[in-house]
Amino acid sequence: MSLLSLSDVTLRFGGVVAVNNVSLEVQQGEVFGLVGPNGAGKSTLFNLISRFYDPAEGSISFNNQNLLKLGSDQVPSQGIARTFQNIELFEHATVLQNLLVGRHRHRKTSMLSEIFFTPKARREERRHREAVERVIDFLDLQPYREKMIAGLPYGVRKVVELGRALASEPKLLLLDEPASGLSVEETQDMAYWIEDIQKQMGITVLMVEHDMGLVSSVCNRVLALNDGKELTTGTPTEVQAHPSVVEAYLGTSGISKT
Amino acid sequence: MDFIQLLASGLANGCVYGLIALGFVLIYKATEAVNFAQGDFMMLGAFVCIGFANDDFMGQGFWIAVPLAILVMAVFGYLFNWGVLRHMFGQSQTSIVILTIALGFILRFIAGTIWSHEPVSLETPFAGQDIRFGGVVLGVDEMLVVVVTIILTACLFVFFSKTKIGVAMQAASQNQLAAYYMGIPVKRIQSLVWGLSGAVAAVAGILFASKGAIDPSAGLLGIKAFAAAAIGGFGSLPGALLGGIIIGIVEPLSSRYGPPGVSQIAPYAILLLVLILRPGGIFSQTQKKKV
Amino acid sequence: MRFVFKTSYDADINWFKHKTQAFWYFLLFGLMMAIPLYFHFLSDPYLLGEITSVMIFAIAAMGLMLLTGHTGLPSLGHATFMALGCYMNVIYLNAGLPWLLAFPLAGLTAGFVGTLIALPVLRLHGVYLALATLAMSILTGDFIVLLEPWTGGISGLAVPDISIFGLEINKYANPYLFYYLVLVVALLIIMAYRNILRAPMGRSFTAVRDSEISAQAMGINLTMTKSSSFFLSATTAGLAGALFGHSAGYVTNETFDVVMSITLLMMIVIGGLGFIHGAFFGAIVFGIIPVAIANGRSLLQTSFGINVHIPGLENGLFAVILIAFILFEPMGLYGRWLKVRTYFELFPFYRKDMFRRQKSYLKTERVQ
Repeated sequence: MSLLSLSDVTLRFGGVVAVNNVSLEVQQGEVFGLVGPNGAGKSTLFNLISRFYDPAEGSISFNNQNLLKLGSDQVPSQGIARTFQNIELFEHATVLQNLLVGRHRHRKTSMLSEIFFTPKARREERRHREAVERVIDFLDLQPYREKMIAGLPYGVRKVVELGRALASEPKLLLLDEPASGLSVEETQDMAYWIEDIQKQMGITVLMVEHDMGLVSSVCNRVLALNDGKELTTGTPTEVQAHPSVVEAYLGTSGISKT
Repeated sequence: MDFIQLLASGLANGCVYGLIALGFVLIYKATEAVNFAQGDFMMLGAFVCIGFANDDFMGQGFWIAVPLAILVMAVFGYLFNWGVLRHMFGQSQTSIVILTIALGFILRFIAGTIWSHEPVSLETPFAGQDIRFGGVVLGVDEMLVVVVTIILTACLFVFFSKTKIGVAMQAASQNQLAAYYMGIPVKRIQSLVWGLSGAVAAVAGILFASKGAIDPSAGLLGIKAFAAAAIGGFGSLPGALLGGIIIGIVEPLSSRYGPPGVSQIAPYAILLLVLILRPGGIFSQTQKKKV
Repeated sequence: MRFVFKTSYDADINWFKHKTQAFWYFLLFGLMMAIPLYFHFLSDPYLLGEITSVMIFAIAAMGLMLLTGHTGLPSLGHATFMALGCYMNVIYLNAGLPWLLAFPLAGLTAGFVGTLIALPVLRLHGVYLALATLAMSILTGDFIVLLEPWTGGISGLAVPDISIFGLEINKYANPYLFYYLVLVVALLIIMAYRNILRAPMGRSFTAVRDSEISAQAMGINLTMTKSSSFFLSATTAGLAGALFGHSAGYVTNETFDVVMSITLLMMIVIGGLGFIHGAFFGAIVFGIIPVAIANGRSLLQTSFGINVHIPGLENGLFAVILIAFILFEPMGLYGRWLKVRTYFELFPFYRKDMFRRQKSYLKTERVQ
């Protein structure tokens, strides 16, 4: 049974059709990749799932629940966490605080109990801290725990953003270009983490990525997009070999693949 | 008759508000900074002109003082951006808001120290003259305010659509980075916009002081100009002028026909209403940030 | 440099990072408790009154700090909430409520009414919100006049004395008790503030400040978070307003003017945006400047025979200091203190750029 399903989703910005009749099914437990040239509508799909945009047509459902009925701040409570293409961290807070914000969907304390910091609030807080420390261990973030985001290098920020999404203990993780701007070693680490996230934590992953090496090493299935339209879906090797994908990347058909 | 009289004086006041709002919008469009001291720029422009023109001070006469005051304020605006604001690059908008508020305090203090806190009016060649149409008496000063505002607006329109600097300013205001890549010296353009807005403020101040007395706290009128700018939408020059005229006309009419106290409240109430019902003014320009 | 070996989650949750830090704060508390004794021996409580009013402003500044420094919403209208708190307090007291009930109730009323007023403007961004609150602040005086039957309008309103279980507290008759009362209120608010900051709510505030979009993606409801922050902020300002009323003894429509709103904002910027300490540092600077000017003036007069009287000097000087801070020390006095402390902790390994932050283009809210 599919965890996330989009059917016939269309989104227009004025006259531009950013997403055109796209359908996809992400199965429980798989790593699903979205590839395509710049402007193909990959991040727009993410923003549709996060409910930052309203689709003109089509439906999006998660866990048999209609996502279109929810506001963008209610999506995470369903168990969907995401990262952003151009890192959106809380700049003037420490790594630890950033990860703790990821726990927000598990907040059970009320305003009053927090103001008086009742024993229950403390208990909850310990629980949050415990979950966050696990993420810190998992992603090797100990050296940066107390550091402000504003002073961190790019690669670390990417990891922190992944960590913040993981801290929310999601069912589905949306990764928007997790490897962009990372060095070869960092991309390697990212590949291992994504594998662990899938296999050990049992989290389903939907990711946008340009690095075909990473895509073919971690993704079970891939959907190729161009100009907002679906080109093909299949295993990474199938998609890479597909003639329309080659055409989309290289502009003309008939040239042998890269 | 009474109504037309009120309308005329409201129109003249509104033009001054509109001009302050114009300077405010100029800066907001070009630099995304909000100059809360725009009203104090106006006040300072008026006092510089008074300083040059009035017999109590330098006594150089009206026609020499006016261009001098405009020049002084233009240079002042340019230097303020060049010397202070440019160094704040990258700080939050709140800091800029607070900085310009502080600047307003300083300008008020300076003006009060140099020219005292007593109200003074500018000595003009046409003071006290009026024109009569049937039963309606219109002061030359009020007529002049309207005429000058129209001329200035036309000049600005031509400046922005026809001259190279004007087009560059527009480009820089729409996309700083792209303009920079196209070879437009964005920082200098921003300073020039501040200069231009200083000059517009000086004109507003001169008009204000020529039709009535002014004292250093007149800069607080700037807040009514914000209302004007908000009504017109922050990014729109004609909107700012229109907003100013609306505020200017509503004030005397509400004080004449409305219950007591309403005329003081009206401009701000309008500002609040516009912000609540149509945030971003009549021509909305805000949108969600792209991710 | 101190290394704290953390052995439990509580190490990150507790108020104090380590025992030495706790020691310093308890010392400070002891000092604050002892101050009235000093003035009692001098039998000249004038300066004690000044310290009390600095504390009252620090409470109001804490309210604004929560909103502006931690949630990133600028407000140019916090004097309005102080006015609300002050007038409601008097109205409740005159209606016969005991002070212990009237005072917190006044704060809550200010919070509720403030949130009601603010709800429609809360979806506005930076500058628009600043403008809307500024308009609100300007209208405050007019509304106080309009509501004359309850507020006394232009002729003003006398604030009754505080009475706690028969103990009468009046600022003039017993400045020491009033000082302790304000100190207790300030302490309680600091505790609540610290609790908020270490709980999910405080983190959601800073999240909204730093990135609204990403806060939403983490499941934070923007309107809810902003209005909670506004409620808490207005409540705190309302409490400060009520205390201010007791301290002033008499309030009119001109007491809570725009200048007071702006001063509060200036205070927290000078003190250091985003730090509780900043509210206190700002209030202290604001308290010191008039005294310093008065002293400087009398010094000039007695030793040089120069009579300086320049109206508006205080505000002008305050503004100059403010601009200097924004330009050279955007983190405020508390930021400067952090740097100095780090310098000595790391001596001789402090680097100049340790606190430097990346500068970026303003995140625009407009359509490009």
